[in-house]
Amino acid sequence: MNPGTTALRAGFARGLIELRQAFTGWDLVPQFLWPTATLVTVFFLRDDQFGDSGFDLGTLILPSTLGMFVATGMLLVIQYLTAEREDGTLLRAKATPHGIRAYYIGKLVTCSASILVYLAILLVPGLFIVDGLQFGDVESWLTLAWVLALGLVATQSIGAVLGSLISSPRAAGLMSLPVMALIAISGIFYPSTALPGWLRWTAEVFPVYWLGLGMRSALLPDAMADVEPGHSWRHLETFGVLGAWALAGVVLAPILLRRMARRESGSRLAEYREKALQRVG
Amino acid sequence: MTTEAIEVDGLRMRYGANDVLRDVTFQAHRGEVLALLGPNGAGKTTTIEILEGFRTRSAGRVTVLGADPADGDERWRARVGVVLQSWRDHSKWRVRELLAHQGAYYARHSTARRRRPWDTDELIAAVGLTEHAGKRLKTLSGGQRRRLDVAIGMVGRPEMLFLDEPTAGFDPQARHDFHDLIRDLAAAGDTTILLTTHDLPEAEKLAGRILILTEGRIVADGTAEELARQIVGEDEVRWTLHGQRHERTARDSTRFVFDLFKEHGDAVSHLEVRPSSLENTYLSLVHRAESGEKRTESGGKEAVA
Repeated sequence: MNPGTTALRAGFARGLIELRQAFTGWDLVPQFLWPTATLVTVFFLRDDQFGDSGFDLGTLILPSTLGMFVATGMLLVIQYLTAEREDGTLLRAKATPHGIRAYYIGKLVTCSASILVYLAILLVPGLFIVDGLQFGDVESWLTLAWVLALGLVATQSIGAVLGSLISSPRAAGLMSLPVMALIAISGIFYPSTALPGWLRWTAEVFPVYWLGLGMRSALLPDAMADVEPGHSWRHLETFGVLGAWALAGVVLAPILLRRMARRESGSRLAEYREKALQRVG
Repeated sequence: MTTEAIEVDGLRMRYGANDVLRDVTFQAHRGEVLALLGPNGAGKTTTIEILEGFRTRSAGRVTVLGADPADGDERWRARVGVVLQSWRDHSKWRVRELLAHQGAYYARHSTARRRRPWDTDELIAAVGLTEHAGKRLKTLSGGQRRRLDVAIGMVGRPEMLFLDEPTAGFDPQARHDFHDLIRDLAAAGDTTILLTTHDLPEAEKLAGRILILTEGRIVADGTAEELARQIVGEDEVRWTLHGQRHERTARDSTRFVFDLFKEHGDAVSHLEVRPSSLENTYLSLVHRAESGEKRTESGGKEAVA
């Protein structure tokens, strides 16, 4: 067995153990809170029409929210990295042979699998709530698969980059504000054609918009591309923007994660503890 | 290849303009238990973190198990155990689950002489956590948690084990149990142990050899008795002669008292001899370090002899 196998195996084992922990007992409540709240929103909007297009708003929103939850994977990674740097999990990994690599693999497994669980919580009941989704053919699933894969890589590697730069779990909590703002202008809950041009262009720099669009293109009939900017699903642009973020993340994340791990030591951990206890006391 | 477990020669560590370690030199033999004793801020943690490979030194030569910790690979890492001052990591994991997981990393580093990892249940029994094996880490008491930390440090059957302030914040009972645990470990004789402490009785109890570190230098190196002889040496003798109280220190107090009586006969009264104690010397070293008194170069060297 070569060293890579040890890291990979231990990483997957860690990831699955922590996934189980995240979906057990009282931890289930926060896990189900947001997907359920989202489903409730979709339920109440299921019969509302978008403008005079003749399309149901609920039908537009459900696929978009799938994209939104993929994007929130970034926040999940940031939260894990900042919290586990402070509590000593990362240092423990550093003291273990192959530990750092296994730790990062484990985090990717836990976060990706959590996202897939959220998507299932949304999609399975969602199929019964809204009409007009198109999920019977292979093409839908293929589109869903590549948008999802590219989206997971992009948002989690960017999450790793930010997580290694952000100093504390408190600061990480603040990261949800810009992400919320981004979701608000990214056409998740209402088509972005309704927005002024400059806001739309801002949103189109970031992955959230393209994840929403990609998911809509997978699950909605082609006719519904009519309400999108350019009246098209813009697959090429989706691939381009998500791919660029993924590439940037994949190149930067290992460098920054290595730097983050290199700086950890017992005395740094003592500093974190000191700071956190001061805050409590 | 070197046969010493640790070799440190001229180790220096500088943060900005501040020298934390000035010139640290010592060796640890294989299977030895070594205590790095010193007041807070003496540089103990910095030293141990450099040896653990967690911190980059400014200058000097350092080898641990024959390799420089600064570029120790995974194979080296598998031979070294680190007992962390843990806080609340892996709080949702269960004791047995975490130990079994940590052990898995060492399986490929198993050798004929050292079966790695340590069997999970055996190890749990060895640190006295059998009845807590199914508990989540966040429900353990401080003492139980620290015993688990030791178990995690031991799970790969390390040839070299580092413990930084292992009993900080322990109550006397937990401290006693912990000392038994370390002594059992040391008795097996195939693990070199380096621990830091600022508590002299702890160092005396656990370590075969004590290094005293103050102000970034090793000022004493030896067994507890050797240290008492080398660096303390002088007993305190007090007596009264012709109604006058006298006091002085003497290396050979028995001889001194004999001469005293020979000279003055029974005019000597209220004789008191206080044997030199390591504790007094250590406390005065600590006091000097903490009051920030600068010793001269020669004053620093004197103690090493």
